[in-house]
Amino acid sequence: MSTDVGEQAEPDTPPEPSLFDELTGATAGWRQAIIVPLLAVATALIVGAVILVITDPDLWRVLRETPGDYLAEVWSVVSAAYSALFRGAFGSPRAWSETLVSASPVILAGLSVAVGFRAGLFNIGGEGQIVVGGMLAVLVGIKLTALPFPLLMLAALLGGIIGGGIWGGLAGWLKARTGAHEVITTIMLNFVAFFGSLWLLKTDLYRVPERADPVSQSIAPAARLPRLLTWIDPQLRVHGGIILAVLAAWFVYWLLFRSTIGFEFRAVGFNPDGARYAGMRVSLLYVSVMFVAGALAGLAGADTVQGVLYRGTPAFSAGIGFDAIGLALLGRSHPWGVVLAGLLFGALEAGGREMQASVFIPVDLVQVIQALVIIFIAAPALIRGLYRLRVAEEGPAQLTTGWGS
Amino acid sequence: MTTALTDARAAITVRTPAEIRRARILGILYLVLAGFVYLVFTLGADPGTSASFGLSRPTDAIAVPDATVPVRGFTVLIAVVFVFLGAMQLTRGFDKKANVVLGIVFGLFVLAFLAWAAAGKSFSLVGMLQATLVQAVPIALGALAGVLCERVAVINIAIEGQLLAGAFVGAIVGSASNIWIGLLAAVGTGVALAWVLAVLSIRYRVDQIISGVFINIFALGLTSYLTSRILVEIPDLNNSGRFLPWEIPVLGDIPVIGPVLFNNSIFVYGMFVAVIVLNFALFRTRWGLRARAVGEKPKAADTVGINVYRTRYVNVLLGGVVAGFGGAFFTLGSAGRFDENMTAGLGFIGLAAMIFGRWRPFGALGAALVFGFADSLQGKLAILQTPIPSEFLLMAPYIATIIVVAGLVGRARPPAADGQPYIKE
Repeated sequence: MSTDVGEQAEPDTPPEPSLFDELTGATAGWRQAIIVPLLAVATALIVGAVILVITDPDLWRVLRETPGDYLAEVWSVVSAAYSALFRGAFGSPRAWSETLVSASPVILAGLSVAVGFRAGLFNIGGEGQIVVGGMLAVLVGIKLTALPFPLLMLAALLGGIIGGGIWGGLAGWLKARTGAHEVITTIMLNFVAFFGSLWLLKTDLYRVPERADPVSQSIAPAARLPRLLTWIDPQLRVHGGIILAVLAAWFVYWLLFRSTIGFEFRAVGFNPDGARYAGMRVSLLYVSVMFVAGALAGLAGADTVQGVLYRGTPAFSAGIGFDAIGLALLGRSHPWGVVLAGLLFGALEAGGREMQASVFIPVDLVQVIQALVIIFIAAPALIRGLYRLRVAEEGPAQLTTGWGS
Repeated sequence: MTTALTDARAAITVRTPAEIRRARILGILYLVLAGFVYLVFTLGADPGTSASFGLSRPTDAIAVPDATVPVRGFTVLIAVVFVFLGAMQLTRGFDKKANVVLGIVFGLFVLAFLAWAAAGKSFSLVGMLQATLVQAVPIALGALAGVLCERVAVINIAIEGQLLAGAFVGAIVGSASNIWIGLLAAVGTGVALAWVLAVLSIRYRVDQIISGVFINIFALGLTSYLTSRILVEIPDLNNSGRFLPWEIPVLGDIPVIGPVLFNNSIFVYGMFVAVIVLNFALFRTRWGLRARAVGEKPKAADTVGINVYRTRYVNVLLGGVVAGFGGAFFTLGSAGRFDENMTAGLGFIGLAAMIFGRWRPFGALGAALVFGFADSLQGKLAILQTPIPSEFLLMAPYIATIIVVAGLVGRARPPAADGQPYIKE
């Protein structure tokens, strides 16, 4: 141990700017808040197109054999792909419906990350909270079948809220009680939840008696989120989850900007020491913030199982918890910003599926584009440098505390 | 001279309340384990049954007979040892040897468990240990990549993405040329992603966790995309072959140890070399002292003339070398081909191993071996038909890490400046 440098050293504590400000640069004004996200999305789509072009074997053949046609061919490939993307997202009532179906869970999960950012906590445990919330919602949906329609649906949603809330609150409690950094604990809890759900799906509690694979029984029809537009076309899958997401955004707006506890959340995010001196119970706030964040992610899990899958399956969280981080950044951690960003991500998902179906471009390209959006938002300097934007110098996006403190 | 100094220091060491608490918790833990071993393993086995552990394989030069132990007697013995160690821990304490004792207790507990699980059957201990070592390779290399980065205060949660990208490029280049060039390309890929992490977090001072999340999603998306787009079309690009085990002459013939330690692929040897070299470099060289200074107190390091930015770049890129090598293990060391998302979270287990090993190379190796053991054990449990669900063993590394970060059994303390960008004034 004696070889360690500065064993007793305390980390420097400069005046701490809010994590939320640092991450999103939202204080830099409206122009900045709108132009950078737009350029980030556009740039990500352009980079996606470049990847599309250089990985297309046919285009390479064209370049070798008839280089004169190359640019025209590139244009036709890219425009075919992106018009399929657009068509799948907005081109028809069915496309709109699919966009909304994909948007609802990511909006809920994005709100979860946004609440954390506002309070200075980085919730990367969305995946685990989605799984726990979803599993509890499924359990309610297959066990309390005696309840009639709206009651059972609401009870299952409540299951999602409680399950996710407990899973998130656990990380908050660990931080408050022992100082364990929430990034580490939430990453670890993601895996605990994932393997736990794999085990549960094989137990008699969830399992379909005559099947061996890890898929749960179906939830009762009364537990489903009702489909909204089947009176227009029975194929339209859009369900009550999107209303739930908008209501949740409204609730988060009220919570953060109109309620006392929300004020305390933001105060802790702005300056934990200041909040403590002002008499706020910071430990309790960490637990409540993570409970609320977890509950929102758990609701995203309930939305997935009650709106689309109607049962529990392995890994039904499908990376939504990580997409949510990009969503919160893109939406500047503002509830309505998250809703808009969620519609964009939902459109990319729905469009990506159409792109795969009609022009055979793997849907994973959408994931690459989403990753690029995340980094262009988190590193506005990249975008500014690329487009020679002249804006007031803003603080870099960073977590002000390392994960030991 | 030095020993006298150390002795003098030991004499004036005063145990902090946290240490005393930890010693008490450990003592109680040993006693609880003694009870557990007796109640579950001893009483759970039928009287008179015995378990046999295979100590050599049919192909070995020197055959060692199987070790057969009576389950009840063996587990009672272990329970008694636990009671003794627990009592010692509570009354006298082991001070500096506490961690060694903890390791011994863990090893004995595993043996008791195996004796119970294999009661009435035979079980290849050598095969198990070998599987553990192989399973530990990507975890340990991922953890070492993390150690290199975090010792200079750059948080690296992109290990998973680096491993995955390394595995992918290794498979493609290895198929197109040969596996050695494939290995080189995998290392290059690890370095390239490390460079992205370095530029984002050091130059642009982007939040390091977000940079890591970006690299993970990007690597997963791009490799999956390219797999469906190219590898499915051209299967010849996804058939690299792999490095075969190479037995070290003479050493490989030693019973038990030989087949486990000295008959492996270059990845296992590479892992040991990396751990030893890194441990020496970090704690015994000027380079290591400077790197650690940058991780603990960058401003002070800068004041005495250490180039903080360059030190960080160098370490993050070296981490990329190690992670790329670890990534190649998946394709060139194990499967011989690439599959979508084939790292399956092992990079995050590497992150856990780094924390569990307290940001030290040998600690990381130890943690990787424990986690690798849990992983290879869950494969064996189904064969032995124990009632323990394999998922519990799969989640064990993550729970263990939460326990360690929460400081319930000794606190893991990261470098002081971990995660904080440095701004030169």
